[in-house]
Amino acid sequence: MGYTAKFKVWRGDDTGGGIEDFSVDVNEGEVVLDIIHRLQATQAPDLAVRWNCKAGKCGSCSAEVNGKPRLMCMTRMSTFTEDETITVTPMRTFPVIRDLVTDVSYNYEKARMVPAFAPPADLAPGDYRMAQVDVERSQEFRKCIECFMCNNVCHAVRDHEENKTTFSGPRFLMRIAELDMHPLDTVDRREVAVEDHGVGYCNITKCCTEVCPEHIKITDNAIIPLKERIADKKYDPIFSIASLFKRNKEGRQSAPDTPKATK
Amino acid sequence: MSEIERHSFDVVVIGAGGAGLRAAIEARMQGKRVAIVCKSLFGKAHTVMAEGGIAAAMGNVNSHDNWQVHFRDTMRGGKFLNSWRMAELHAKEAPTRVWELETYGALFDRTPDGKISQRNFGGHEYPRLAHVGDRSGLELIRTLQQKIVSLQQEDYRETGDYEAKIKIFAEVTITRLLTVDGRAAGAFGYYRETGNFVTFEAPAVVLATGGIGKTFKVTSGSWEYTGDGHALAMRAGATTLNMEFIQFHPTGMVWPPSVKGILVTESVRGDGGVLTNSEGTRFMFNYIPDVFKDKYATTPEEADRWYTDPDNNRRPPELLPRDEVARAINSEVKAGRGTPHGGVYLDVSSRLPAEVIKKKLPSMWHQFKELADVDITKEAMEVGPTCHYVMGGVEVDPDTQQTLLPGLFAAGEVSGGLHGSNRLGGNSLSDLLVFGRRAGLGAAEYVEALPVRPAVDDAMLADAEAEALAPFSNVGDENPYTIHADLQNTMNDLVGIIRTESEMVDALARLQEFKVRVKNSSVKGGRAFNPGWHLALDLKNMLLVAEAVAKASLDRQESRGGHTRDDYPKMSDEWRKINIICRYDGEGAVIEHQPMQPMRPDLLELFDVEELKKYLTAEELPTHDAGSDH
Ligand SMILES: Cc1cc2nc3c(=O)[nH]c(=O)nc-3n(C[C@H](O)[C@H](O)[C@H](O)COP(=O)(O)OP(=O)(O)OC[C@H]3O[C@@H](n4cnc5c(N)ncnc54)[C@H](O)[C@@H]3O)c2cc1C
Ligand code: SF4
Ligand code: SF4
Ligand code: FES
Repeated sequence: MGYTAKFKVWRGDDTGGGIEDFSVDVNEGEVVLDIIHRLQATQAPDLAVRWNCKAGKCGSCSAEVNGKPRLMCMTRMSTFTEDETITVTPMRTFPVIRDLVTDVSYNYEKARMVPAFAPPADLAPGDYRMAQVDVERSQEFRKCIECFMCNNVCHAVRDHEENKTTFSGPRFLMRIAELDMHPLDTVDRREVAVEDHGVGYCNITKCCTEVCPEHIKITDNAIIPLKERIADKKYDPIFSIASLFKRNKEGRQSAPDTPKATK
Repeated sequence: MSEIERHSFDVVVIGAGGAGLRAAIEARMQGKRVAIVCKSLFGKAHTVMAEGGIAAAMGNVNSHDNWQVHFRDTMRGGKFLNSWRMAELHAKEAPTRVWELETYGALFDRTPDGKISQRNFGGHEYPRLAHVGDRSGLELIRTLQQKIVSLQQEDYRETGDYEAKIKIFAEVTITRLLTVDGRAAGAFGYYRETGNFVTFEAPAVVLATGGIGKTFKVTSGSWEYTGDGHALAMRAGATTLNMEFIQFHPTGMVWPPSVKGILVTESVRGDGGVLTNSEGTRFMFNYIPDVFKDKYATTPEEADRWYTDPDNNRRPPELLPRDEVARAINSEVKAGRGTPHGGVYLDVSSRLPAEVIKKKLPSMWHQFKELADVDITKEAMEVGPTCHYVMGGVEVDPDTQQTLLPGLFAAGEVSGGLHGSNRLGGNSLSDLLVFGRRAGLGAAEYVEALPVRPAVDDAMLADAEAEALAPFSNVGDENPYTIHADLQNTMNDLVGIIRTESEMVDALARLQEFKVRVKNSSVKGGRAFNPGWHLALDLKNMLLVAEAVAKASLDRQESRGGHTRDDYPKMSDEWRKINIICRYDGEGAVIEHQPMQPMRPDLLELFDVEELKKYLTAEELPTHDAGSDH
């Protein structure tokens, strides 16, 4: 059952650091985060790590385990062999604060730049009517726990620090798509997606989709449709925000009793 | 003393869960400048974990539902120890608060006619919980977070500064509330990232710090649940109420050990899951208490019919209030009818098709698959009680949420009263919205009416700084992690789900020893993001809270809701009239009794006299005849 595992953990801060070696006990059923906690309790009390729920729900404990972005609380030790050395390093795309904790403020700044949900002005609370099939598309994206591993893995920022000012990463392109597919939203964010969030940087490698712990099809279901709608707009000779909004929003309305205001 | 960063706001909200965010939104809408301070990253608060949904009598699924029914259910669930005024406001305002979320962009699951769908939950007479699969808390917190972003965008358009009216201080831990002349004056804390200190000067402070789960070993709570708000309030001169009432959720995971306590949502039972023991018996039929006899099915056949025909059948006993189910599971395990890992079985695999399970309970499916290697569409889960929620909390005015300290408000799990001795599932998220908003409003109105703002002086800050730095200069070699583990074991074993006098006396003695050990605990490393230091500071809060819980539990000589005494197994009409209040006397928690306000006659009239007889003393009974509105 129990055994002693070899761990390598990156320790340091914004001035530098390196890998430290540990030998640490592992019990049946444990996850990587349990082992990090055991290190804190027994060998390295000041080892910095973020976590909250320990159930894969809050997206706090993102790190790179053997080079792959993972939620530490959902990475079972049984997925490794007993003689394997397990290396835990902080997410690479974001600046290190200390040990496994990184500065993810980039993500919050980008979140703040996405124009908010705007319902029809004359639709009273309580009168919202939407069909399940119509909300499901956006609901898929709202499963996002903001672990930021997709943004961490996307090569457009991972390998290009300079793109951070103009590119928001898959998480926030998906947020734009989510609002865009909301049956009652009234704003057109296509310009913004191009100008402020750099949707053009994405070349559909799908690395983001692969790491998403919520198994959201970020590329296929959010980014590609978003790109298509933008292309639509660019090639539409009689383009006007109003007419396009009408067409795109209306095409989706299928809930019975949808208030007139949204039609 | 080093130079300490200072900020000045109208309202400081401590906590960024549902309650804190809703309070901040309200205070900002009232035109106030607001700071939101939280220990974690923004959007990660405990609320994110809530699964089942938000209780609100919208009547979308069963049109018989209304606020009166919700009020009755809440009072029954809390065994009439609730603040009836809060229960009234809660039931009346919850639907508006949920509809409002849709205007912020929330996308709940829908009914066939396009309204917000509502699901069944324990203790709720009708399907009442607005939900999104089993990730309702995530939807709630993200929606509120996004509403805050939208307000910041408004402010940006007006002033060119996103943070003109709402500023978020994430990963900042408050260690002390500042008071001047018996009024709130602000809060003091440190940045987790750097260890640097920060002072917030504000005439109004809203506490929305959540619960106390981390004082117990087996818990569904996150690391943040160290009872900070309860302790901060008590130290600042406010009081807590009925801290003995702690909800042990009947279904936490029991295996493997590292995930013991993680929640298995009640929706599993609401959607048809059944509890069985090692002999294969659906044992809940043997545990229907007298007070609920006429409301629950007595045979599996009737129980099963209820899912499709709720108007003509009584509900399955698996859906009894949580305290009843948790005690039943505890008894089955004690009687030797438990599973190999000390729980009971919870099964949906034989009740619903695999596809339906994955659709309705996606995160449960994942959770068991990924953490326990169990496929819940094929096998039963093993579950047992886990410390989940504290019904007790900071004593507040039911309308404004102001505590006994003027200028200090509290909302959400940290506040007490609404849930009485036991909370119904779904009533927390609605609590956060209803009373978060009221606290934000109360704080704004308080600031408005205040003639002069209190001024924070340097001496106060020097003292707070010294207190926070003390663990670095302690000389002992106690490890804070070890003390924490010992505290959790003590509370779990001695002040847990079933309590008895001798064990609680023992627990109180140990708590005194822990206090000494905490003073001897030393911290290694520097101030930048040092979890060992953070824990050493949190421990002081946990100890004060644990003491309040243990003393109140020892004092209350009856069993009711989330407080079960082996030595006083019955509910007592006399004890129902008593609120146990806790305050801090400079050393620790001290308790006193406060009489319960009698319920307003028009609310009493919502109940049958026969039912009231189960809870009230003879003198309290009204003279009205059985009400007709049921
Ligand atoms: C697994 C699980 C499932 C649940 N499911 C449901 C459900 O379906 N329906 C329901 O109604 N309820 C449910 N609950 C209960 C409900 O989620 C909680 O009671 C509720 O979310 C608490 O919200 P809150 O706003 O009071 O505090 P929280 O969301 O806990 O937020 C507390 C905030 O305070 C901050 N904080 C704490 N201390 C400090 C400090 N010293 N300094 C600065 N900041 C501090 C934290 O960082 C955090 O931001 C569930 C609970 C759990 C654990
Ligand atoms: S698909 Fe696009 S957004 Fe996703 S990782 Fe690749 S380039 Fe980045
Ligand atoms: S989309 Fe997936 S990977 Fe990206 S932040 Fe959300 S949960 Fe994480
Ligand atoms: S701790 Fe919440 S996702 Fe890992």
